[in-house]
Amino acid sequence: MSEAVSKLYKALRRILAEPMGAFGVALVVLMVFGAVFADILATAEPSDISPRDRFQGPSITHLLGTDHLGRDLFSRVLHGGRIALSVALFSIAASLVIGVVLGLIAGYGPRWLDNLMILVFDALKSFPTVMLALALVTLFGPSLTAVVVVVILVNVPGYARIIRTQTLALKSAQFVSAAQSMGAGTTRILRAHILPNVIGPLLILASMDIPVVIAIEAGMSFLGLGVRPPTPSWGAILNDGFAAIRDTPWIAVAGGLPIIVTTLGFTFLGETLRDVFDPRLKVR
Amino acid sequence: MILSINNVEVTFRVGPWFNRQPILGVAGVSFDVAPGETFALVGESGSGKTTLANAINGLQSISNGDVTFLGERIDTTSQRNMKPLRQQMAMMFQDPVGSLSPRMRVGDLVAEPFHIHKIKANIKEETERLLSLVGLSGDFANRYPHQLSGGQARRVGVARAIALNPKLIIADEPTAGLDVSVQGEVLNLLNDLRERMDLAMIIITHNLHVVHHVADRMAVMYLGRIVELGETESMFRAPAHPYTAALLSANPEPDPDKAKERISLPAEVPSLLARPSGCEFHTRCPWVQSRCKSDQPFANGEVRNIACHYPLSPGDKLPVKQSSI
Repeated sequence: MSEAVSKLYKALRRILAEPMGAFGVALVVLMVFGAVFADILATAEPSDISPRDRFQGPSITHLLGTDHLGRDLFSRVLHGGRIALSVALFSIAASLVIGVVLGLIAGYGPRWLDNLMILVFDALKSFPTVMLALALVTLFGPSLTAVVVVVILVNVPGYARIIRTQTLALKSAQFVSAAQSMGAGTTRILRAHILPNVIGPLLILASMDIPVVIAIEAGMSFLGLGVRPPTPSWGAILNDGFAAIRDTPWIAVAGGLPIIVTTLGFTFLGETLRDVFDPRLKVR
Repeated sequence: MILSINNVEVTFRVGPWFNRQPILGVAGVSFDVAPGETFALVGESGSGKTTLANAINGLQSISNGDVTFLGERIDTTSQRNMKPLRQQMAMMFQDPVGSLSPRMRVGDLVAEPFHIHKIKANIKEETERLLSLVGLSGDFANRYPHQLSGGQARRVGVARAIALNPKLIIADEPTAGLDVSVQGEVLNLLNDLRERMDLAMIIITHNLHVVHHVADRMAVMYLGRIVELGETESMFRAPAHPYTAALLSANPEPDPDKAKERISLPAEVPSLLARPSGCEFHTRCPWVQSRCKSDQPFANGEVRNIACHYPLSPGDKLPVKQSSI
């Protein structure tokens, strides 16, 4: 175990050595910090309406100003970060688990099952994300769950395909035949011999998908397909600000800035991660 | 007999779906292996040696014939029934490094048979014992396969193969990819273990020196059939099938004083899709006669089992007039 820790430490040091990686880590840490300690950092209840204070510009009491209902935007942005981060992490994790399992089944299973699954994946992939979101929300109503389901449906086909292709390549590798000849069952072969050899690239890809998911959540909330008001979400804040952008632009800025900062941070982090772990791109 | 295989055929289907053609990778092979015996399968690349090994092991399903191991038909049995038998039959694959799972440490690789068969043992102790048995120190347990040399990786393969005290080891090209000194070490190790553990071995190779060194009996394969089978010594002394003679004459002789006549075979190995009529070797046989082109010779079923109409006797020279192509 201590070796895993030292490996992680080494990887982190290599990421921080890259300027882009360090910048990404800084932005991500800032965002996570804000989301985790939202309760302590927030200067007001995020959903408290106070009509007398509406449309106030940034000040000491309201760091980012207030919106059309007089809610403190700084607090709303912090709590919105919680939503964004938990949606991103949960739906990526769920997509990973489902994608890996389906990919292993498609790659290692019989040919007809593989063909069938690829057909379904391709069909799913052919829907534009927004169409999929609209259809789901029409069926089940807008909710956080809808956002998570959309993200899973969008991500799983790609993840499964990556795992499937590599599994297919390893299926006939000699170490797999060796395990079969010793009497290893399918579960053992998939878990001990194939999974460790196929999971690496997918983890990096998934980390690069986090900003995409944050954007999907914000986008769906902006369109009113995501979280229900008064729950704070960056997309919803952006929408509130959009209505009053001529007179009080800071509301839209308060909603948009965190989206930019976190997507940028996770993108930088993901790209550095890829560069650090892809031996072909290793220059130094 | 520990293993007996009878008329085993392996069929592959090749070509696009509208024109699938069956080809026989292994075309009716029979032989027995006695306890403690070393049996060698030799032949050119593509003669079906590895396919036959996979068929014996059950990695490749057979289309005809039967395989009996320790008194049980293993070609038709279920995976569940086969599993305990797999403890008794170990397989070593061609690529020494490639047959080791790249993300597992040597210690875990050697311990894997115990985990698969849920054998209660002090696994750490067993691993160390097995590693020392194949001449590797205990520190190797922490290494990954890519940190091993070919010879070391082969030793790990041997340790895995003998882990559960099998009765039979099938070794596919145990010396492939190793330099000569390491080849010798591996062969001596296998020979040593065989004597100590009373192992039967099937060695698949195209290296005839290896065969001469370790095998009690050998079978020569051509286009998926055994053309000659017998005691290694007598086959090396007096090959009876022309193909065996050609193969042996192509074997480099380390002693320069023992210069010998080289039999060169004209033409190429025929395609499995278009097997020659009659004796399948007739297209390349220097001693070919008219009967060979129409009648297929069958193995005579004796101890020295030969599939040839006109087997050679010791001292037979190459025919004077050789049709040159």
